Amino acid sequence: MEGSIVEMGAFIGAGLASVGMGGAAIGVGNVVGNFLSGALRNPSAAAGQTATMFIGIAFAEALGIFSFLVALLLMFAV
Amino acid sequence: MATEAHGEGGGLAFHPMDQFIIKPLFGGDTVSWYTPTNATLWMAITVLVIAGILIVGTSRRAVVPSRSQSVAEMAYGFIHKMVEDVAGKDGLRYFPYIMTIFMFIVTANFLGLIPMAFTSTSHIGVTAVLAIAVFVSVTVIGFVKNGAGFLNLFWIKAAPLPLRPILAIIEVISYFVRPVSHSIRLAGNMMAGHAVIKVFAAFAALLAISPFAVLAITAMYALELLVAFIQAYVFTILTCVYLKDALHPSH
Amino acid sequence: MATETTAGHGIEGVQGSQLASEMAGSCVNADGGAVGLPQLCGDWMGNQIFWLIVTLVVTYFILARIALPRIASVLSERQGTVTNDLAAAEDLRARSVEAEEAYNQALADARTEAQAIIAQNKAEMQGELNEAIKRADTEIAAKTAESEKAIAEIRASALENVQQVARETAAEIVAAFGGTADEAKVSSVVNSRVKG
Repeated sequence: MEGSIVEMGAFIGAGLASVGMGGAAIGVGNVVGNFLSGALRNPSAAAGQTATMFIGIAFAEALGIFSFLVALLLMFAV
Repeated sequence: MATEAHGEGGGLAFHPMDQFIIKPLFGGDTVSWYTPTNATLWMAITVLVIAGILIVGTSRRAVVPSRSQSVAEMAYGFIHKMVEDVAGKDGLRYFPYIMTIFMFIVTANFLGLIPMAFTSTSHIGVTAVLAIAVFVSVTVIGFVKNGAGFLNLFWIKAAPLPLRPILAIIEVISYFVRPVSHSIRLAGNMMAGHAVIKVFAAFAALLAISPFAVLAITAMYALELLVAFIQAYVFTILTCVYLKDALHPSH
Repeated sequence: MATETTAGHGIEGVQGSQLASEMAGSCVNADGGAVGLPQLCGDWMGNQIFWLIVTLVVTYFILARIALPRIASVLSERQGTVTNDLAAAEDLRARSVEAEEAYNQALADARTEAQAIIAQNKAEMQGELNEAIKRADTEIAAKTAESEKAIAEIRASALENVQQVARETAAEIVAAFGGTADEAKVSSVVNSRVKG
């Protein structure tokens, strides 16, 4: 009985942690959207900033991956 | 928990993590540090593929390149330009090292997408070694090139004086978190994509939703192809950014 | 490393999945499924790290010793070839411009020469024509003079014949009237009459 409560808590926690991935999705969309709106205003400067955009995507994505990792840890490793 | 999930006989069987298990290649059960395992096999295949692209492909040294040679030249030009643009001219000394990292990660990522293959880069142990190697070498390069001036990286002159200690603490923390995020990003991305594909593959056992599952696997596979390249690119460009910080610590 | 953790499981000759999986370490359960995250299994870390370092070192030497210098030399060679080809193309272009100029020059020369030749020919022809006309004129004049002389001769002979006939006729007429014609007298009369 006690073990199952722990299990339940772990699964609930995993579900909550997955919300963070949605946040990462919003963040990545925000980064790319803003890059695109800037790039359409000044297309000549866009090519030089693609690398910066990817770095930004990587940082935003990393936090989503962290929450995914927390979810996985709760599901499989706790 | 996972044990219970595996123990059930009927219904859907989700084993999304089984693909990451390391098995000894030639039988036996113990995995010592020298045992040839499936990880060894796929790393060896990675080396062979890299050699195939970069050495066999360019063996003709043609002025007008063949298809394989132009792939090798494209990879070379891509990383060379990245190092030059991000880390500067003096970063080009470390170009072979960065090229090694890029070629290993991108090849391992793509090889991992072959069905039944083992993805070396999905293991945190592997990516942590890569990231820590980058972290340590960048720190050493920074101190060797700039001496104590490397610490200017944490003491931001542009900020007002009262804020500087706080910023310094933040900068130090973010500096030491770098290898963590650097490694977990790559491993997490690879693991997540493969696990999601496996979950959809388990859904394919149900007749009613199997077409949807197959479609979803296809879509995920396409996304993973993109992710496989982008993560290698991101790992490499972050390496270049860290290298730039080491070579030119003043902001 | 991993050797210490797995050393205790090295029992030989044990059959059955339960025991076999125990031997494989704590990360795999009886069915061969993963227990927890395989990524976090300490037994496997050392193995991966060792082989990763081997892989990276091999890759590094492959790249640094063979692949990268070769690609760099191919690229620089291509750069050189492209530069050379561009220079050669520039050279050829200059030469073609030169050739075009020479062609135009030759064309202009030929044209002026042709003009000169035409003018000379025209002058020559004019001269020949004039000469021919002059020759024809003199010839015509000579022929005219000749024919005038012939006409004068013919006229003179015709006059003579008329005088002759007139003298004979007069002498006959005088004889018919019964006189004797004095030849000298008849002739002088006739002459004066004819001339008159």
